[in-house]
Amino acid sequence: MKGLKIVVLAKQVPDTRNVGKDAMKADGTVNRAVLPAIFNPEDLNALEQALRLKDKYAGTEVTLLTMGPGRAAEIIREGLYRGADNGILLSDRAFAGSDTLATSYALSCTLKKMGKIDIIIAGRQAIDGDTAQVGPQVAEKLGFPQITYAEDIVSAEKGKIVIKRRLERGIEIVEGTLPMVVTVNASAPECRPRNAKYVMKYKHARAVSEMQDASEDYTLLHNNRPYLNIGEWSVNDIETKAEELGLTGSPTKVKAIENVVFQAKEAKVLEPTDADMGELMKELIANHTIG
Amino acid sequence: MNNVFVYCEIEEGQVADVSLELLTKGRKLADDLKCELEAIVIGADLKGVEKQIMPYGVDTVWIASDKRLYPYTTLPHTAIIVKLFGDEKPQVALMGATSIGRDLGPRVSSALHSGLTADCTSLIIGDHEDKKNNKVYKDLLYQIRPAFGGNIVATIINPDCRPQMATVREGVMKKEIRSEAYKGKVKQLDVEKYVSAEDFVVKVIERHMEASKVNIKNAGIIIAGGYGVGSKENFDKLYELADVIGAEVGASRAAVDAGYAAHERQIGQTGVTVRPKLYIACGISGQIQHTAGMEESSMVIAINTDKNAPINNFADYVITGDIADVIPKMIKQYKENTK
Repeated sequence: MKGLKIVVLAKQVPDTRNVGKDAMKADGTVNRAVLPAIFNPEDLNALEQALRLKDKYAGTEVTLLTMGPGRAAEIIREGLYRGADNGILLSDRAFAGSDTLATSYALSCTLKKMGKIDIIIAGRQAIDGDTAQVGPQVAEKLGFPQITYAEDIVSAEKGKIVIKRRLERGIEIVEGTLPMVVTVNASAPECRPRNAKYVMKYKHARAVSEMQDASEDYTLLHNNRPYLNIGEWSVNDIETKAEELGLTGSPTKVKAIENVVFQAKEAKVLEPTDADMGELMKELIANHTIG
Repeated sequence: MNNVFVYCEIEEGQVADVSLELLTKGRKLADDLKCELEAIVIGADLKGVEKQIMPYGVDTVWIASDKRLYPYTTLPHTAIIVKLFGDEKPQVALMGATSIGRDLGPRVSSALHSGLTADCTSLIIGDHEDKKNNKVYKDLLYQIRPAFGGNIVATIINPDCRPQMATVREGVMKKEIRSEAYKGKVKQLDVEKYVSAEDFVVKVIERHMEASKVNIKNAGIIIAGGYGVGSKENFDKLYELADVIGAEVGASRAAVDAGYAAHERQIGQTGVTVRPKLYIACGISGQIQHTAGMEESSMVIAINTDKNAPINNFADYVITGDIADVIPKMIKQYKENTK
């Protein structure tokens, strides 16, 4: 049987879950330098679903696609360590300032250029924006159907895909046709860890921008081992309309940003003693807070 | 034309709470914009559904009823909305930030090339001056939402594209009937003119939905546990206290992730937003992602072993101590004082 052609959409994000006191600068902007950049968590769940299909259907190829600066090639390497076959970094100043719609446009133009694809899998949402928009917006631009909130891709054979979805109040089993865009929830199985064999194989994999910035010379190594070249595409490698890219192609604009500050108020401090708890209960009962 | 539209979700013949909350907000926005409020309902067997909708001050209810349209699937609902919005040109369109609205909204915005802001916590009308192009925009929708894991609050606008689309989570806006006697028009859509056979390529073959058993959103008193509760056994103590004083139990995301509580109890940016009269935070450090969902509580009691926990900044009472020790004492003292 011919394997599936799968593309996993992934994003490198600042780790907003571990934001410390120095995360915001005095002017209210985000201090990206102090936040570690990570593989967006739900995109790892998406990668796992792709790798499971690869385990199940021989000949399946898993390609990671990410858009970002040169540094974002780190997550492609991370994907290779875990079992992806190859990756493409889409990187260009022309994409700077993209909102979700302009991002989806750039990604969909890239996907069109990548040839026939059976399944596009993405995490439901990225933790730096929590919008959950890029997956469905890409699907619309490609004219593919979509299944969001996936917890398990049960099967993908004979042109059909069966998926278990996890919704707020229950589950759905749905069946659709290929090609399909799937977005995956955090409730799906965690991504497998790095495989030592792949770490050895791909530890010198680099994208062009990384090699330009690096002190080491990778030319010879990469000439001998072409699989170490992480594909890097610029706006010139895909067909786009300039007016749909970056800031110009983004209908939403940020009007204002406020830093969230804690409002300190005077609190009554109590000891964990019977006496203090007794006083607290008396007060709460007296002011009708509890009955 | 150029009105405010709200997409109404249907579950078991009932319009979802989040949709009624959006109708309430939509009515307010329509008043501010001096335009009409319109609702669209898509599903099966929708006879009489307008009776649930009009009291919220809806001037036109669009109904697309066809047995293939329930349960929800993406493509047919998208096709209907894209064509209707193309004809009616709403200036504002609102949807719930639910698994339906967050599936449908981006699809529609991508088709119409209109901006969509997810998970707004506030929507107001205001002007915008584009100094660079020396242009003034009147009466835009300010879409206000937390971003960057809740560490910043951003005001987003869509100056040029219409409709200005936004999703809002359940429980964020108030639900309020305008008038039981409010009279609007009902317009039935001829579904065949909106959808094609290819729109039904995704089929729901099994569905297990349960009415949300837990109702933390409307609870007057909430006892919420965080990662610091430490174990499922300690979490049971929260339920004991909840039983005694008549409360619901909530949880932070960390506690849900640790398996102490079910997801439906999650409070915070990725869970529900609550405004109880009393919020007892147990072993919750007070990450902004959590406090975003409880900061409007009338009174807060924080129980934490860390006397510098950020949650204490929100608290009216701070108890520095261990849950396993404090909660049983609270139960005992409550019982003694209510004898």
